[in-house]
Amino acid sequence: MSNSTRNVSRYGTLHVAEARVRNMAKWAGIILFAAVINPTLYLVSIGIGVGSLIDANEGVDGVSYLTFLAPALLASAAIQGSSDEVIFPTMAGFKWERTFFGMRSTPLTARQISLGIFLAAMVRTTVSVVIYWIVLYLFGALESDTAWLAMPAALFAGAAMAAVMLALAAKIESEDFFFMIVGRFIMIPMFLFSGTFYPLSQMPVYLQFFGWISPLWHATEIGRYLTYDYSISGPMLFMHTGVLVAMLVIGLTASFKIFATRLEK
Amino acid sequence: MSEPLIHARGLTKTYGDFVAVDGIDFDVAKGESFGFLGPNGAGKSTTMRIIGATSVRTSGTLTILGKDPEVNGPQIRAHLGVVPQQDNLDVELTVSENIYIYGRYFGLSSSFIKRKIPELLEFAQLEEKKDVKVQALSGGMKRRLTIARSLVSEPDILMLDEPTTGLDPQARHILWDRLFRLKEQGVTLLITTHYMDEAEQLCDRLIVMDKGKIMAENSPAQLIKDYSTKEVLEVRFGSEKNHEMVDVLRPLAERIEVLPDRILLYAEDGEQLLEQIAAKGIHPNTSLVRRSSLEDVFLRLTGRSLVE
Repeated sequence: MSNSTRNVSRYGTLHVAEARVRNMAKWAGIILFAAVINPTLYLVSIGIGVGSLIDANEGVDGVSYLTFLAPALLASAAIQGSSDEVIFPTMAGFKWERTFFGMRSTPLTARQISLGIFLAAMVRTTVSVVIYWIVLYLFGALESDTAWLAMPAALFAGAAMAAVMLALAAKIESEDFFFMIVGRFIMIPMFLFSGTFYPLSQMPVYLQFFGWISPLWHATEIGRYLTYDYSISGPMLFMHTGVLVAMLVIGLTASFKIFATRLEK
Repeated sequence: MSEPLIHARGLTKTYGDFVAVDGIDFDVAKGESFGFLGPNGAGKSTTMRIIGATSVRTSGTLTILGKDPEVNGPQIRAHLGVVPQQDNLDVELTVSENIYIYGRYFGLSSSFIKRKIPELLEFAQLEEKKDVKVQALSGGMKRRLTIARSLVSEPDILMLDEPTTGLDPQARHILWDRLFRLKEQGVTLLITTHYMDEAEQLCDRLIVMDKGKIMAENSPAQLIKDYSTKEVLEVRFGSEKNHEMVDVLRPLAERIEVLPDRILLYAEDGEQLLEQIAAKGIHPNTSLVRRSSLEDVFLRLTGRSLVE
């Protein structure tokens, strides 16, 4: 009836991501609209509004406020987008629609399922970041020749955050509380306390702590370093990169384990 | 003799102190339609998950298609079609897309799946719904789609966990008809159910499970023969009087079971027994003669009803 030596696909991760991307395609209009409108609103209100005040006072770091702000906004968008795109499908996969259990009945492994969700989230994040970058460019926020490097920096931050959120969303079984915590106590404070709108050094030392544990700050620092004449010492650059790599590795490793445990039930 | 497709000895699964599956032995041959009958919590679904290579057994030996699921999980799953108890379709995607992505999970080529989809839609009687989002389907349609989806990889073994639970009678009959066709095509079916009529209709052979153990194993007809009489006379005297009548009736029947609302009297000839009772001047409020079923087998084996 069927061939006796059936191959188990090595591309399981890609097949899971493919299914997710098909799902996202249903929302393409909304996703693209949000990708354009989000940066536009920020740039008009804060970039231009607040920026005109700051630029009247010689700018920040010797560059225009928009230039200063751009890498932070880009990284923030990447983190927000990638988090959403792992949290909701993971909750749906384990709980709301249980699609992961359907996947688990096929040759797919827990690792392929988790990595597929992660990969698809990064596809969407890449689209959002590129659009965001184009809007920034159109607003004249990207002056230097290396401005495009803000994109990989932002994606790096998005990947680090998505890896951690993937593990968390897989771990959480009751979602109400989780979304409240993520929204109010992680995303918003991170956005406000990561040197997004002004250098972290402007904050009292005890508040700088939030920056240190925030992937957004580390990504913003890397982004600023790459996009304009912002100087960072070698060890600090190493540290920023190290934190994000650690989040990525720990997040994904934990996800593999949590997915495997939960799918075995 | 050909090797069985599934071979289990001393299969055990425990969760902490709780023993879900308690050292069961069984073999399933190719082309057979094999059932697990028992009430909720009997260990049927756990057994299915272990066979489906998604749950790891605690002890015992198990081979599926000659392989150990603990070692060769993905390779075994590549040959299985699984219809879970709870639907897990992607509700945002259409009927066709659901089949498509599921085929992709098996690593099947796009062209193969696209050729397969019309055939599966026809089988599931969902041709007209092919571009409809799954959200909009009825419960029966979702179940049929789940079965169609599980067939995309042309599995050697199709596993159905409580396939008709929650469906209305008409939807159940449509589903049974579809499963019967698969059986005729020689697909090996593994079915768990707590519906005796479903087990009788679909299974060549079944094991009756209770509390993780196998109580009996045979064909439905043989089980009925072994554990029950040919016919059953059901009598009701009203809930107050049922108990009083037990002692009077007991000597007349081969066996007697007292349920909360009625008394079951087991006999080779139900009508004759009813006449005997009437001759003694006993007149139940209602009486019914029927053939013995697996429900009676289960009652005999465990002292409890299947559906409680």
